[in-house]
Amino acid sequence: MCLAVPMEVTRIDDMIADVRISGVTRQVRLEIVDRSPEVGDFVIVHAGFALRRLDREEAMETLQLFQEGFNLDFGLSE
Amino acid sequence: MTLDFLNKFKDPDLCRRLLARLEEVCGEPLRFMEVCGTHTVAIFQSGLRSLLPKNIIHLSGPGCPVCVTHESEVDAYLDLAGRSGVVIATFGDLMKVPGGGRRSLKAAQAEGARVEVVYSAFDALELAARTPDAQVVFLGVGFETTAPTTAATVQMAKARGLTNFKLLSFHKLVPPALEVLLSDAETAIDAFILPGHVSTIIGLAPYGFIAERWKRSAVVAGFEPVDILQALLDIALMREAGEPRVVNDYKRAVDDNGNPRARAVMADVFRTETALWRGLGAIPDSGLALRSEYADFDAKACFDIEIVESPPLAGCRCGDVLKGRINPTQCPLFAKACDPAHPVGPCMVSTEGSCAAYYKYNTD
Ligand code: SF4
Repeated sequence: MCLAVPMEVTRIDDMIADVRISGVTRQVRLEIVDRSPEVGDFVIVHAGFALRRLDREEAMETLQLFQEGFNLDFGLSE
Repeated sequence: MTLDFLNKFKDPDLCRRLLARLEEVCGEPLRFMEVCGTHTVAIFQSGLRSLLPKNIIHLSGPGCPVCVTHESEVDAYLDLAGRSGVVIATFGDLMKVPGGGRRSLKAAQAEGARVEVVYSAFDALELAARTPDAQVVFLGVGFETTAPTTAATVQMAKARGLTNFKLLSFHKLVPPALEVLLSDAETAIDAFILPGHVSTIIGLAPYGFIAERWKRSAVVAGFEPVDILQALLDIALMREAGEPRVVNDYKRAVDDNGNPRARAVMADVFRTETALWRGLGAIPDSGLALRSEYADFDAKACFDIEIVESPPLAGCRCGDVLKGRINPTQCPLFAKACDPAHPVGPCMVSTEGSCAAYYKYNTD
């Protein structure tokens, strides 16, 4: 029940967002999300509420560090 | 933006390199504990558990909210489920959890209790709006990830004046449990992998005592194989350097300062109190109770619920499993009298429970 998964925001209507993962759409509430998401953002969803807007820049930075540290090529593009 | 960049955190090539680095760096045996059901499942399901260097020992702690819900708490909601005019709204995970007398909500439902499985506290509020003739009691279990969703729902219930919505709060806080585990000499934990989405809410500060007082490292980690390996590598490096710290390796989902907006909602609705944990017993300031401003929505107050300590389940060693003192296979009932089809204890009931994970995936 702790499961919290990243889902893509496809529509926002005030305090409710439609989010999608692997073709399934559901509605989540936005009362406690840290920063208001926009359509196209990913949010971490838990028990019907968005908890956090995923930070793409931070994800890229982490991957960039791995890429350099281990000489890998992920083909990262912005 | 696509999910592509998130999939990189599963990259097999990167995993192999991280494993090789870990092998180089980790000289002495390292006992690490994770305290999140999703980590438990991720470590088994990804196969990481069998790939880790032999001197890295994985302990699965009290990270499954269903498992740490105390026998007496289960008995309290079972008692409530039997009363007329009450509808219990619950996450599905609690349905099969046994109380002191081995009864569960599922059994209560078969005997005629009104029990509805919901996906969110908010669904329970909607149920209350549709069911004005009954008191709808939502069973609030879960850690800091879940507590703000419940708190926000209680605020909405108040704003809408829906007083037939009630919360029975058994929410618990992770950091006080970590302190209890660190003070248990039998467990001997070298480091923690900290729960990613609990940390999304609380940030790093509440874990500071782990490094300051106990001189252990703790790393906030995500749930992909790369996330977990990165955390273990950082733990091993900090130990080699003799510099225990609390660090955040899950920056895409966790701000060092957590989510202040969600914490403000929690603080408005809840105060802390002593809570009973299965296996760990009573821990001061580790539970969340409703503030008096929300007394109209507090099931404990409205139904005079008293938590009476029930005896632990006979033969079940869940408590020792949750503390990392034994692994599930050392329980005499494991895979004999107790399996997922006939669970004796909650650690076998929940799919996130350590016993269930060992049963399903263990190849040791
Ligand atoms: S195997 Fe079953 S009886 Fe033994 S500790 Fe786990 S849940 Fe309890």
